[in-house]
Amino acid sequence: MTRSPTRDFIVGLFVLVGLLALGYLSVSIGGLRYNGAGGLPLFAVFDETGGLKPRAPVVISGVKVGQVKSIALNKDFRARVEIDVDRNLKLPSDTTASIVTAGLLGDRYITLGIGGEDEYLKPGDEIAFTESAVILERLIGKFIHNAGVSRPGAGEGDKDP
Amino acid sequence: MVVGAIQDLGWAATRFVETLGEMALFGVNIARALVTPPSRFRLWVEELYKLGVLSLVIIGVCGLAVGMVLGLQGYNTLSRFGAAESLGAVVGLSLLRELGPVLTALLATGRAGSATTAEIGTMVATEQLDGLRMLSVDPIHFVIMPKAMAMIFVMPILSTLFILCGIAGGYLVGVELMGVDAGNYMSTLRSNVDFRDDVVGSMLKAFIFGILVGLIATYRGYKAAPTSAGVSAATTSTVVIASVAILISDYVITALWGV
Amino acid sequence: MRAAPVQEGVAEARVEFRDVHMAFGGRRVLRGLSCSFPAGQISVVLGGSGSGKSTLLRLIGGIVRPQTGAVMVAGEDVARASERELQHLRGRLGMMFQGGALLDSMTVFDNLALPLREHGEKEAAVEAAVHQCLSAVGLSNVDELLPGQLSGGMTKRVALARAILTRPQILLCDEPFSGLDPISSRRIESLLVGINRQSGMTMVVVSHHIASTMRMAGHVLILLPDGGVEGSPAELRGSSDPRVASFLSEDIDESYAATDAPVEFLPINTNRAV
Repeated sequence: MTRSPTRDFIVGLFVLVGLLALGYLSVSIGGLRYNGAGGLPLFAVFDETGGLKPRAPVVISGVKVGQVKSIALNKDFRARVEIDVDRNLKLPSDTTASIVTAGLLGDRYITLGIGGEDEYLKPGDEIAFTESAVILERLIGKFIHNAGVSRPGAGEGDKDP
Repeated sequence: MVVGAIQDLGWAATRFVETLGEMALFGVNIARALVTPPSRFRLWVEELYKLGVLSLVIIGVCGLAVGMVLGLQGYNTLSRFGAAESLGAVVGLSLLRELGPVLTALLATGRAGSATTAEIGTMVATEQLDGLRMLSVDPIHFVIMPKAMAMIFVMPILSTLFILCGIAGGYLVGVELMGVDAGNYMSTLRSNVDFRDDVVGSMLKAFIFGILVGLIATYRGYKAAPTSAGVSAATTSTVVIASVAILISDYVITALWGV
Repeated sequence: MRAAPVQEGVAEARVEFRDVHMAFGGRRVLRGLSCSFPAGQISVVLGGSGSGKSTLLRLIGGIVRPQTGAVMVAGEDVARASERELQHLRGRLGMMFQGGALLDSMTVFDNLALPLREHGEKEAAVEAAVHQCLSAVGLSNVDELLPGQLSGGMTKRVALARAILTRPQILLCDEPFSGLDPISSRRIESLLVGINRQSGMTMVVVSHHIASTMRMAGHVLILLPDGGVEGSPAELRGSSDPRVASFLSEDIDESYAATDAPVEFLPINTNRAV
C-alpha cells in the first residue's frame, strides 16, 4: 500500500534525530571517543592501589592518554596493573607511574611522570618507578600517632588524647 | 474462611503463572513472525509514526519539566554541601541511569501502550482479526508484530530525547536561574558520565522496557474480551501491569548491570 | 490469477458435521450435531439467538475447534487440522462477517487488495480483480473510502466482494441481512443468488430472516435447542414436526410482536412524600 511520503519522511527524520541524539549523548557527554587510540600496553607494580579501578584514566600533565586495563596480584602479593596508552607516545624508560586522587574524595587514576632517558618503553615493558596510592586514613593515623609521641610525657602515665 | 482465602490465593497464583507462560509463548510467536517473510516494513514505519512521533510532545515536555525539577532540588541539596557546581553531573546521571528510561517507559505505556491495546482489542471485538485469518493472513504477523517491534525500537530513542530535554531543563534552572556556572555544569556532566556504565546501561534499560511494554500491550489487546467493556478493561490492565513490570525490572537490571 | 477451479472440484465442495459437540466455558452450544451442506447449493442455517449459528461458521473456518466430532470441509477434517493446513484450506473458503470485519485503518481498495497482495499478485492484476469484484456487487468509486465512511449496506457489499475475491469454493455468510433495510436486504439476497448461479459456489448462510431463506435456499438447517432439523424448504414447510412448524410460523410478520398479556402501565405517583 502506498502510504503518504510525508509520513515516511517524518518517521525517517524521527529516527535520524534519535540516532543523532544518541550519538551526542555517547560521544560528547559519555566520552566515547577514546576507545580506539590505544595500542601500547605497559605494566606497573604498586604496593597499594587504593581502590584504583579498571578503565580509570591514565594521564600525562593532565591530559588523558590511556586507561587502566586490569589489576591483579603478582606472586609477591603486590598489585600488578596493566595500562593501555596511545601507541604514538614515546615514553622514556625512566617514566614514573603514580596513583593519585581526583580531588579530595574522588576516584583514583594514574598519572605518568616523564623522565629523561634516551631509550623508550616498548609494548609489554614494566614501568620501574612507581608511587603507590596514599590512603587518607593511614595518613591521619600517622599524624595522630606522631603528634602523640612528640608530646613530652606521653606514652607513660596519663594519656592525653 | 481462612481455607477459602488460601484457596483463592492458590488459584490466583496458578492463574498468574499460566498468564506468564501464555505471554512468553506469545512473545515467541512474535519473534518467529519477525524472521518469517514477508517483511512488514511499511506497517512498521506506520507504527513508528503512531508510537514514536506522536509521543514526542509529551516526552519532550515531561523531560524538560523533570530536568527543571532536578535542577531545583539538586541545587538546593547540593548547595548545603557546597557542591552546587556539580549540578550538571547530578542531573545528568539521575536522568541517564534512572529517570530517563523509567519515566519514558511509564509515559509511553500511558500514551502508546494503552492506544495499542485499545486498537488491537477493538480489532478483536469487530472480528477484524478473524477476518484476516479467513484470508489466510496471520494476524500476529500482520498486526501484532509490527506494533511490538515498533515499541521496542522507539523506546531507546524516546528515552534519549527525554534525557537530553532533561539536561536542558536542568541547565535552564541551574545556570540561568540559580547561577551555577555554565561551563561547570557541562564539564561535571561530561567527566562523570561514562559511556559504558551509564549510556549503555541506560539504553539497555530502555530496550528492555520497550520489550516489556510492547509484549504486554499487544498481549492484553489480543486477549481482550470482544466487548467494549472488555477492551476498556484490557487497556487499563496494560497500564497497570506494564507500570509494575517496568519498576520491578528496573531494580533487577540496575542490580545486575551494576549501574 | 487462475480461473476458478470450482467446476472441477464441485463434488468436493461440501461441508459435513459429524457428531459435533461445542461448549464455551460451561455453556453447551452444540450437542452432537450431525448435518451436511450439499455442494454447489445455498444452505441456510436458521435458529434463535444463542443457538450456535455463528459458532457453526467459525467451526467451518477453523477459527474455533469443537470438543469432539469432525468438521469435514472439502474432504478435510478442519477440527484436527494444524495451523499450516488450515491456512492452506482457508484459501478455498471465503467469509462474509456480520459487521464486515474490514480493517478500519485501510481504504476499501487496500482492504480488498490485501489477500491478493499477500499472495504476491502483481499490482495490475490486483487492481483489475478488485474493481471487477466491486462492480460485481454493484459498487463503484468507493476505492478511497475508509470502512467507517460506508453505510451499512455498502459495508456488507464490500465484505461480500472481499469474500469472493479469491474465488473460494465455499462461501460463508454470517447474518448478511442483519441491520439492513428491506431494499438493501433484497439486493444482498439477489447478489448471493446470482453468485451461486454463476459460479456454482457452495454457500452456507446464517440468517434469522425466514422469508428470504425460503426463497433462496436449496437446503435449510434449523438449529433447535434439542438438535437440528434439515431439509429443503419445501420439505420443511410441509413437515409435520411441531417444532419446525412453530419455528417457521414465527417472525414472518415483522411488525410489532403481539403479546398475549397486556403490559400494565403503572403511573408514577408524584405525590408521594420522599
